Parts: sequence; structure tokens; C-alpha cells
Amino acid sequence: MVNRRQTMLALAAVAAAPLGCTRRSHGPDTVSFWAVGREGEVAADLIQEFLSERPDIHVEVQKLPWTAAHEKLLTAYAGDTLPDLCSLGNTWIPEFMALNALTPLDALAKASREIALDDYFPGILDSNRVEGQLYGIPWYIDTRLLYYRRDLLHQAGFDAPPTTWAEWERMLGAIKTMVGRDRYSILLPLNEFEPLLVLSLQQPSELLRDSGRYGNFRSDDFHRTLEFYASMFRRDWAPKMTNTQISNVWDEFGRGLFSFYISGPWNIAEFRKRLPPQLADAWMTAPMPGPTGPGASSAGGASLVIFNRSGSKPATWALMEYLSRSTVQQRFYELTGNMPPRRSTWQSSTLASSPYAKAYLAQLDRVRSPPKVPEWERIAQEMRLAAERVVQNVSTVDAACVALDRKTDEILEKRRWMMDKDRVT
Amino acid sequence: MRPQRAAWWFVTPALIVLGVFFFLPVLAALAMSMTDFDLYALDDFANLRWIGFENYARLLREPLFWKSLGNTLYFVALGVPLSIGVSLGAALLVNSKVAKFRSVFRTVYFAPVVTTLVAVAVVWRYIFHTRYGFLNYALASIGLDPVDWMGDPHWAMPAIVILAVWKNFGYNMIILLAALQNIPDDLYEAARIDGASGWQQFRHVTLPGVGPVLLLVSILTMTGYFQLFAEPYVMTEGGPLQATYSVLYFMFEEGFKWWSLGRASAVAFLLFILMFVVTVVQLRLGRERGGA
Repeated sequence: MVNRRQTMLALAAVAAAPLGCTRRSHGPDTVSFWAVGREGEVAADLIQEFLSERPDIHVEVQKLPWTAAHEKLLTAYAGDTLPDLCSLGNTWIPEFMALNALTPLDALAKASREIALDDYFPGILDSNRVEGQLYGIPWYIDTRLLYYRRDLLHQAGFDAPPTTWAEWERMLGAIKTMVGRDRYSILLPLNEFEPLLVLSLQQPSELLRDSGRYGNFRSDDFHRTLEFYASMFRRDWAPKMTNTQISNVWDEFGRGLFSFYISGPWNIAEFRKRLPPQLADAWMTAPMPGPTGPGASSAGGASLVIFNRSGSKPATWALMEYLSRSTVQQRFYELTGNMPPRRSTWQSSTLASSPYAKAYLAQLDRVRSPPKVPEWERIAQEMRLAAERVVQNVSTVDAACVALDRKTDEILEKRRWMMDKDRVT
Repeated sequence: MRPQRAAWWFVTPALIVLGVFFFLPVLAALAMSMTDFDLYALDDFANLRWIGFENYARLLREPLFWKSLGNTLYFVALGVPLSIGVSLGAALLVNSKVAKFRSVFRTVYFAPVVTTLVAVAVVWRYIFHTRYGFLNYALASIGLDPVDWMGDPHWAMPAIVILAVWKNFGYNMIILLAALQNIPDDLYEAARIDGASGWQQFRHVTLPGVGPVLLLVSILTMTGYFQLFAEPYVMTEGGPLQATYSVLYFMFEEGFKWWSLGRASAVAFLLFILMFVVTVVQLRLGRERGGA
């Protein structure tokens, strides 16, 4: 009898254990920090100095891969196990703000001696504002840029990268004629929405209308963008390929399968590392060409946010201030190649002397945020799919725009209902 | 204590576990499928709307759902017979008396089952590669044009079938091998004395011998194949043009990517109904054939 009771008790304890785990005992001076992506690997290194400066604060760093971060964070939200501090993709901020999970940072930033908001690139900082409130401090920038093969462009008869779509089209055409049937002028991976997003942000129209109640993809501007995007495939300038099909983008860039590629800053380090030495001078970065002149790009990046449930906000803010210091961002850049969001960091020697980074500095004055609605990620995927349909010839540009608009309106139905209820202003 | 009550005492722990970890979640999911549970509802339950069968109605009007269902059925229709055929063929070969190194082959054929799909996918991506792939190299050597396996919407699903069959046939092979070894040698001997050819022996001795196991294997394989998810997830992300988008993939994206758990639950129940019906039909067919 005793034995059985003991077994039952043990079973009950096992059953209760996971419940007990959800609320960790959290001292006011313990900061849990979830760092997403490769940055997570260097985060522990990066904060060593902070730990010696503030021996009263204890930091727990947790690494997360980008591919699982979104799911993991939402699950953590549902289970009430979100960390104090996290690096969040800035397009996710509206979503977590809709969940009331983020702490507004305006007052903290105003009182701070370390974080001077006017030192940040305005476009990037703005992507952290939802309805006028600041919810994240930019940590690093992920703005898409044009990578190009200088040697191939030169062979085709051009000495400088394009600044307008028309110029770009001439170059794409000339390169295609030069490289022939088996090679291409540009890579626009069909499984990425970013290149199309960048091109559509260059047009003046909004992508969503009525403060994000309805899609605005039937606009002439988006129509033109999609037409331009699709024409690059129709004229065989771009291969109908996804990244998984290419297998190794860096090798193929080196082999000259394509001469233009729209990608983010992390690829500077990758290309440097992976391309053979004789090609070291063969490639360069350039700001995005636009419809009529130098164009905008997306204000992507990762930001540091404090979650609402945090029980140690002062300590978390102290860590955030430390991570935002110019000297620390400088080191962060050296460790990862991530572009810092503060102008003062850009004046540092290593960054100022990098020829590849120069294009970013020019582009950062021309960045634009994608629509700030929680549903954006999903709409962006639908956008990619609409483009894929056009590229694969299952749909015309007109039909794709109409269908995309309808789908977007459907996705935003709940948001409209919420807005009408006055839950979202 | 009456024996009946004692029996209840013995069953109770199992019933509680089943109730808490199976029936309760299923009922909760059923209830959830009648709501528009999403991100907003996660924040505040006041944002939850009870919408009855609206999720189901909307799904039945959703072209992507039908497309994913069509893809899944295509995968099952192509994959299950092929998989069982290959398993049976491999089992016959491994069981054959003339074959050498039988245990080596048995291990080799079973190896894909225990390897990780993610690792295997990296290798297969290169095998399917349009420019450098082994498969296209083999096709070229017999004079066929290269196939854009992962990029052409018509070829992506067959490519996934090839991968899935290669990955899974070893498991069924082991089960079928056990069934083959259970067929008494006397039967083959008697058939040979009666002058039966190899094919006749296979048709009238081997097949009836493994019949019941074959039915079991086909039900297991079919239910497994209906749950197609990991292969497109790691190989194609549902593309190109959603040609490898399966019902489970649809459910995963709705539920865990977009967090529309209401709709995802509705998909789960539709898939459950479908699999239930197909299994019943299969069992009935098997029974009829067994009775005949």
C-alpha cells in the first residue's frame, strides 16, 4: 500500500514538473537574452565586458536559429516563457505589439545617456515604431543591396553599376547576349519575396491602403513593378530557380551563372570567404537602382526588444544600452560583419575603409519599411506566390494582382474587425 | 470487492491517461476548429469569435486546400503502390536462395529508414540538381533530356515520390521478409512438382502467403503517406508553384507559421475523416478478397 502511494506521488511529481518549469525563479538582476541567428554565437563573447562592468547583473544567453525563431517566440508567448531581452526581426515588431508583448521604449531612450536616437539612421529607426511608439532599438541592419560582377559588367561594356531601371535593363540585356543560353544576368530566387518587395517599395504607392485594412496591389505602381520583375524572367535574364535548387549561390556567382544578385549585408563576408582569391576584385556592391533614379530598399534588420513580462527591466535596459554603444557595435561588426545602425559607428576605421560597405551607407538614407501590420509576413509570402505564378506562366500580371488583392483582403479580415472594435487604432 | 469494480480500478489509470492526453485534446481541437483562434485571440480571448462550421466551409472553397489535397492524393496514389512494389521486390531478392551476402543487402536496404531525412535531403538535392545532378547525368547517358526536378511543377512531386520511396521501402521490406520466411517450403516444392513456373509460384503461393501482411503494410504505408510533410518541407518548401504542398504542410503553415489554429484544426479534422474513410474502404476490400 505504501509502495503504491509512493509511486502515485512520484507520478504526480513528474506530471507537475513541466508546470513548475514555466515560471523560472527570476531575480531582478538576472537577464535572459535570446539572440537569434549567427549573432547568438558571438553574443556570449560580446557581453563579457558588460559582465565585468556590472557584476551585479547575471545574463543568460540562449541561441535560436532564424528558421525556428518565429514559432519558438510565439510558443513562448503562449506559454509565458518569453525572455527579458530578445533580438527580433523588425518586421515582427507589429505582430508582437499586437500581442501586447513589447515594452514601449521612448521614455527610456529619452533618458538614456548611451542611446541617442538621432544618431540612428531614421529609416531604420522608423521601422521600430508602431503607431508612433518605439518598441525596439535597432541592433543591426539587413537592407537588401545589389551585388554585381564588376568584371562581367565591364566586359559587357559598362563601367558603373545602374542607377535607374532603364539603365539596369540595358545592362541585363547586354550581359545576357554576352553569356549566352546557359548563363543569366541576374538571380531572383523564386522562394524569396525580398527582391520583389524591394522593387515594390521603390514605388510611391502604399502596398496596403486605409491604414492596413485592404491590399493595394491593384495599383498601377505595383502592377508596373510586377511587370518589370516578371519581364526579367520572360526575357530569360533570370533563371526560374529557387535557392535550394541553386544549392550554392556563392559558387555560382563565382562561376558567373549570374552577374547581379539582390541580397543582404551578411553576404559581404560570405563572398569574401568563399570566392577564390583571383575573383577578389571581380565583385562589388551598389545601391539599388530605382524606377527613375537611385531607388529605395527595405528597412530590414534586427532590433533589441524588452518583453513586457520581464521582471528585471532596469537590468535589461542596461544590457541593451551596452549593446548599443558604438564601441560594442564596432566589435560586433568585426565579429559578424553585421552593419551597425548608428552613424557614429560608421565613422570607425574598419567600416569606413570597406569598399563593400560604402554602398550601404548610401542606401541607408533611402530605406522604407514594409507595411506595419501583424499579417505582413503572410501577405509577403502571398506576394511571392503571385509573382511565381506570373513567372511560371500560370497567370497574367493583371490576374495575379487582382487575386493577390483579394487574398490580402481575406487575410486582413480579422484586422478590420479588430479595428472596427477599436482594439487597434 | 467485486471483481467488476476491481477491473475498473485496473483500467482507470489507463483511462485517465487516455482521457487527459488524447480525448481531451481532440475535443479541444474540435472546439477550436469552430473558432477563428489566431494571434489576436492569443492575446485576449475577447478577440475570439465562435464561427461554427465557417472554417470548414471556407476551407472547402479554398483553392489551395484542394490543391494540397490533390497533391497528397497524387503522392499516395503514386507512392504507395510503388513503395510496396519496391519493398516486395527487395524482400524477394533478399529472401532468394541464390542471392549472396543477403544480410549485407538487408542492412543496406534498411539503412535509409534509420538515417535522418534532413541529412539525406542535402544529398538528394544534389542528386536532383539540374546541372550537376547524378540523376540527370544518368538520363543524359541514355540520351534523354535533363529534367528540372525541383523547379518544374510537373516533376517536383515525382521527385518527392522517388525520395520517399527510397527512404521508406526498407521498413516494409523487413516486414514482408518475415512474411515470406513464414511460407512453408513444402508449398513451393509441391508447386514445382506440379510443374508451376516461377511466375505461377509467385502468383499462387507467394502472394496468398503474404496477403494479410500485404494488406497491413499497405494500410500502414497509406496512412503514413497521407501525412506527407517532412520531404517537401526540407526539399522544396511546398514549391514550385505549390506543386508539393501537402495537406499536412497546409496545416503546419496555417497553424504554426501563421498561427491560425482554428483553421489548422479544421484541416486536421478533414484529413482525419478522409483517412478514416480510405482505411475503412481498404479494410473492406481486403476482407472481401480474403473471403473470396
